[in-house]
Amino acid sequence: MTTAPAHAGWRFRQPSVIPGFGLTLGFSLAYLTLIILIPLSGLIWRSAALGWTDFWALATDRRTLKALEISFGTAFIAAAVNVVFGTLVAWVLVRYRFPGRRVVDAMVDLPFALPTAVAGIALTTLYAPTGWLGKLLMPLGLKVAYTPLGIIVALVFIGLPFVVRTVQPIMEELDKEVEEAAATLGASRFQIITRVLFPGLAPAVITGFSLAFARGVGEYGSVIFIAGNLPYKSEIAPLLIVIRLEEYNYPAATAIAAIMLALSFAMLLLINLVQTWSRKRYG
Amino acid sequence: MEVRVVNVRKEFERFPALHDVSLDIKSGELIALLGPSGSGKTTLLRLIAGLERPTKGAIFFGDEDASQKSIQERNVGFVFQHYALFRHMTVADNIGFGLKVRHGAARPRAQEIRRRALELLDLVQLSGLEKRYPAQLSGGQRQRVALARAMAIEPKVLLLDEPFGALDAQVRRELRRWLREIHDRTGHTTVFVTHDQEEALELADRVVVMSQGRIEQVGTADDIYDTPNSPFVYSFIGESSSLPVKVENGEVWIADRPIGLEAPHAPPGEAVLYFRPHDVDLLDGCSGCIAGTVAASRRVAGTRRVELEIGGERQRVEIELPIDHPAAQKSRVAFRPRRWKLFPAA
Repeated sequence: MTTAPAHAGWRFRQPSVIPGFGLTLGFSLAYLTLIILIPLSGLIWRSAALGWTDFWALATDRRTLKALEISFGTAFIAAAVNVVFGTLVAWVLVRYRFPGRRVVDAMVDLPFALPTAVAGIALTTLYAPTGWLGKLLMPLGLKVAYTPLGIIVALVFIGLPFVVRTVQPIMEELDKEVEEAAATLGASRFQIITRVLFPGLAPAVITGFSLAFARGVGEYGSVIFIAGNLPYKSEIAPLLIVIRLEEYNYPAATAIAAIMLALSFAMLLLINLVQTWSRKRYG
Repeated sequence: MEVRVVNVRKEFERFPALHDVSLDIKSGELIALLGPSGSGKTTLLRLIAGLERPTKGAIFFGDEDASQKSIQERNVGFVFQHYALFRHMTVADNIGFGLKVRHGAARPRAQEIRRRALELLDLVQLSGLEKRYPAQLSGGQRQRVALARAMAIEPKVLLLDEPFGALDAQVRRELRRWLREIHDRTGHTTVFVTHDQEEALELADRVVVMSQGRIEQVGTADDIYDTPNSPFVYSFIGESSSLPVKVENGEVWIADRPIGLEAPHAPPGEAVLYFRPHDVDLLDGCSGCIAGTVAASRRVAGTRRVELEIGGERQRVEIELPIDHPAAQKSRVAFRPRRWKLFPAA
């Protein structure tokens, strides 16, 4: 790989001493194209075949909009919940030594490994009005299964390891001396956490949030069991796509998919920008 | 502020790190805690700061018993070996942190904090870098920021834990001189930990030599170097040679011969003789001297170091010879220590 002339507007960053820059870059691009870009462009191609008016009509269909709202809304709330409790779990795992810590540590990964349908069925059994937890919550007027709340519960379950596993390594690297320095300067325990520790963790927390959020938006298996899938109430967008497919309504399915794709991409891009900014500041 | 450490003992999980240490630090003094690793010097510093609690004993700041106070209340400035700067804050925010976290009336106004940060930045000769982040500074610059941050809270005592340990030799020397200047200008009572004796002797008003959780000797650079009070201090500070000897009739003997050193007050019996390799008189003949054959010789800067084998036991000692001295391999050299000290045999 020769470097581009100096007057070029932008050029490749100086490759490392390890040879094969051209080969690896070429391979990466070919691979990404094959695995991600071609399927996705196929999706856009199919929905583009609809034409603008049809597409717009499908996109602004009330059921579609409601499903998208539920999907993104619940994923957002679940990711936010996971940020708080996932960070807490990571903190406990990193900072404290207690019997069974390794077991708890391993348990965090279970949502990764478990077939999501199993998780969905288990959660439904627990939270159904007749289930162990559902029975207790019913008198309080809390209905979890078959409501958007149930969707959030499922997504919290699915998304937890994303936050824990991104925050944990950064937390392990936190320097004890930095906390001690803050303490000698007169900062209280609370000030140390809010002003010193948390800002340092922010980039990792944002990454964890975006991973949990992205996973939540795309989640299907666990949600359909607990959601009840009532149109306009607890029907998520991925399910609506499957419903349209089963109706052989391929244009509608691809249209919803294309919108989800665009929305997800926009949000992830935004999150990435926030992250770049925070990394520049805190890195 | 005067600091007094009174009979402090510290155990970590029943393993003693400090045995009954007492130390008086005068107000405005610059003190070095010097010792090999594991000697307890950092533990002592952390105890003064309040980062550790003593198992027994007390630490007084002036007349106040500081050991009853939390770290936050002690108001000490602590500088860590690896800077421990807040990497998500600018240099100015780092320096102002200690003032910003104060509550109510004790907290100066934002403008005042900023003014103070810039003033300190000027003191540590980093004016103009207030908007940088720690990652954008060199090691030496970071340590200056750390010092400015510690001084911002007007600490009663300034404590530095191997402040130059992570820096290269050139920067170290520079910062050493600079720290002395800052100390002379601000007059903070300062305690710093180091394992570098050159640093301790050059920089400090008084040096505290520590070993295995005890204080071996406290004194000025001259005291420590010229009149070490234990074999440890003798061998730890500067170069030293030692020989097993015997005291009889107020004279020092090696094997069956007196070596011409009078020791009227030493108790008779086995002892160890300590002296500095450069502090010897070379002799021609040998009537009352130490004589040995040259076993090895090497050039050290402006002098030559030779290792001599003494007597039938072939005890090895090092002495310094002028470059042009004709002592070659296997030749005999006779000398007598000019300044020396006897310690009871271990």
